[in-house]
Amino acid sequence: MRLTVNGTEHEVDVEPDMPLLWVLRDELNITGPKYGCGIAQCGACTVHVDGLAVRACQLAVGDLADGAVTTIEGLAQPDSLHVVQQAWIDHQVAQCGYCQSGQIMQAAAFLDLNPEPTDEEIDAAMSAILCRCGTYPRIRAAVHAAAAKLQEG
Amino acid sequence: MASVGKIARRTFLIGSAAIAGGVAFGAYMVNRPIANPLLEDLAEGEAAITPFVKITRDGVTLITPRADKGQGSYSIQAYLIAEELDMDPKDTIRDPGLPGPAYYNAEVMAEGSPLPAYDDSATAETIRSVLRVVPKLFALQMTGGSSTVPDMYEKLRHAGAVARETLKQAAANRTGTPRSALRTEDGHVITADGTAIAYTELAAEAAALEPITDVTLRDPKDWRYLGKPGLTRIDMEPKCTGAEKYGIDLAFDGMLFASICANPGIGGALERYDASAAETMPGVRKIMAVKAGNAGVAVIATNTWYAIQAVNAIDCTWVAPAYPASSAEIFDALEAAVDDPETLDHRQRDEGDVEAALAEGAVFEAQYRIPYLAHAPMEPMNAIVRVTDARVDIWTGTQIPLFIKTRAAAMSGMEAERVFVHVQPMGGSFGHKLEMTHVEQAVEIALSMKGTPIKLTWSREEDMTHDYPRPASVMHGRGKVKDGKVDTFDISVSQSAMAPGWFGRLSGLTIPGPDATITTGSWDQPFAIPNYRVTGYRAPDMVPVSSWRSVGASGNGFYHDTFLDELIHQAGADPLEERLRLCMHAPSRKVLETVGALSNWDGPSMGENRGRGVAFCMSFGVPTAQVIEVTNTELGIRLDKAYIVADIGRVLDPRNVEAQLFGGLIYALSHAINSELTYEDYGPVQTNYHAYEGLRLYQTPQIEVQVLEEMPGIRGVGEPGVPPAAPALGNAIFAATGQRIREMPFNKHIDFV
Ligand code: FES
Ligand code: FES
Repeated sequence: MRLTVNGTEHEVDVEPDMPLLWVLRDELNITGPKYGCGIAQCGACTVHVDGLAVRACQLAVGDLADGAVTTIEGLAQPDSLHVVQQAWIDHQVAQCGYCQSGQIMQAAAFLDLNPEPTDEEIDAAMSAILCRCGTYPRIRAAVHAAAAKLQEG
Repeated sequence: MASVGKIARRTFLIGSAAIAGGVAFGAYMVNRPIANPLLEDLAEGEAAITPFVKITRDGVTLITPRADKGQGSYSIQAYLIAEELDMDPKDTIRDPGLPGPAYYNAEVMAEGSPLPAYDDSATAETIRSVLRVVPKLFALQMTGGSSTVPDMYEKLRHAGAVARETLKQAAANRTGTPRSALRTEDGHVITADGTAIAYTELAAEAAALEPITDVTLRDPKDWRYLGKPGLTRIDMEPKCTGAEKYGIDLAFDGMLFASICANPGIGGALERYDASAAETMPGVRKIMAVKAGNAGVAVIATNTWYAIQAVNAIDCTWVAPAYPASSAEIFDALEAAVDDPETLDHRQRDEGDVEAALAEGAVFEAQYRIPYLAHAPMEPMNAIVRVTDARVDIWTGTQIPLFIKTRAAAMSGMEAERVFVHVQPMGGSFGHKLEMTHVEQAVEIALSMKGTPIKLTWSREEDMTHDYPRPASVMHGRGKVKDGKVDTFDISVSQSAMAPGWFGRLSGLTIPGPDATITTGSWDQPFAIPNYRVTGYRAPDMVPVSSWRSVGASGNGFYHDTFLDELIHQAGADPLEERLRLCMHAPSRKVLETVGALSNWDGPSMGENRGRGVAFCMSFGVPTAQVIEVTNTELGIRLDKAYIVADIGRVLDPRNVEAQLFGGLIYALSHAINSELTYEDYGPVQTNYHAYEGLRLYQTPQIEVQVLEEMPGIRGVGEPGVPPAAPALGNAIFAATGQRIREMPFNKHIDFV
């Protein structure tokens, strides 16, 4: 089976019902996407498939078709971080950091679709991703900052 | 006292405990310097001037032995060394080091002191200094109890200073100038004529010298990193790019992936199992019964997902453990123990004459309870173990590396020196990783597959059902008010003992005597009430329990402050004013006053359907007050704003302190509102996040934090933000609705937005 992750094509030999998350982590050693719950509750496994935020624990690799996968490792440009990553660093968001790949991938895809979000829209979109350390106040601030930055161009 | 000075200097590096407490103890073990473990495997030309700094030609390595579970301990430990070493920690290599006695934690037992933290008398300090020695004797290298900063504050700066002066001496010898004529800057010794010699170049010469230990630590006003508002965590960028590797992310050549289902009744055996369906599933390499830790059946496969799928297809028959099967029976046992003289464990506070006061007139009574709670950090338990004939290697995120080392040695029959525990960054812990069942299971599997690295990962379901939870408990309170004031406060708490079972699991030893955790956070509060009594009762051992962020104070802070709030309302007094009137500890009063000012406190009512609550708890030596504002909407209670004020003494990393405090509040509210473990058939009913909901962004109030620095000394801040949150919320709900909630989680009694 073939799949494209962060622009690189890979060949894996797994059952088609294996979730993408476990292909990435245990077959390809791409470990930015995390296992937290396996049941679409925590969002720690969030990646982009064709630019949309997807819970990798829920997507069977066999259903990926030609979808191009981007993980947190592939979000930045070669010589600069993604606006969302930079906002996260500026706001010192992460504590343990385990949820943050998912938070950042969710925020990046969300701002792509909705570059001028309201507070309520940010709350709704980012509530999909659980953070047990409670970094939410800074996530809120960082998403706002990233949105402002994107509007500057 | 000359000998004290001498001992002091000789032991300061690793035995600063004796000095921090102002006492040098005569016992041989206490004052004997502990060998520097880094000296054991140094190559030619490498220097390990102290156990915390290693210098080679290729770089400077800072050893940061306290584990990082998200609280920022790696970062702050590196800054503590770097401040004196004169080197940007971002230019160094950081390594937690291999566990060893030199890295014992002197402060970890401080919260078990029989003196309350607000007592700074000489006697109290002497007792605390004794408590600092015990961990050294037991080589207790542990992360917990908000102790990293208090324990490491002097040790690491001293290590940095010793390394700096020794490097200067090496440069002095080389250049023939006195050490006093040299200075240091950004990883270099600078000579009088301005020549810069890199530390790495001096490694070989420094290694040949006796370390210069006669050093003076810098005045905080000269600090370059510590205390600065712009200080950033050195692990921030890797955590935002996916580069940070947690234990669960490591991989080795030839590694196989394991998962396990163990008896949900902890301690119960495996009677039999049928794995016929699992055997033919894809990727499965081996299926085996495991006895260590909790008995169960493990699957070893070529992918974690294959292992979890196969585990789920195994049919197991379990032997019941030795505790009651259901929450109903457990709470019956807790209720039976409370106020029973036979189960009296300890009474550390008994002022005035409570019995006489309660004997006459109307007594206000209320009964409270709190449930078992899972820690549920985002990273589930995991460990990688590789066993060969020569050694055992273990890679895992843990707060207790030395216990793991000892246990793995016993299990493998290998000498402890041949067991290597490589501590990894943790995706949260909250106390979960003070246990090692998963490592024992992984060692047993790896012992049966020598040469193959085995990564054991607990599924979330396994993690939730095999957590050692925060103890459930019940509280009965009685009180009286007089002339508009709180006059009598008497609470009795019943809980299974926590500390002895935990220590027994890890060490095989028993701790005699009372279990302080039953009343920590209630008996030790800085209030003067005319008749004031707090009593702990010891219920039978039931579900095996453990430390959960803020330990005893997580429940006792709720009991103490909420019951106080009830009495204040009975008295018709203002909740903030009356707490201030009763509080006899100046820094704590300041904390309460400040939270009042920050929140514009003008009474609990904020108009129709709106209210605010104030709560206070001193835990881990940190007086912390919170105010929460709520609105009772048609959809339920909405949390509008929260204010946190804490006094932690000197602040080293302001932005991280703020994050720890609001993180503590959010963690506490998650559970106060939403979460509990209930037991049926010996195991918890809640097995994943859908049934154990943490707070989400949309439920999180706006939070303001203010930190004071008036307390003497320096304190850790990972836990003190937790205890006041639940009572502040409960008190606010009472102010907004008139409904008093005496049981967590609150959503059993009221709806939330
Ligand atoms: S692991 Fe995919 S949502 Fe939790
Ligand atoms: S930073 Fe730890 S779970 Fe979000």
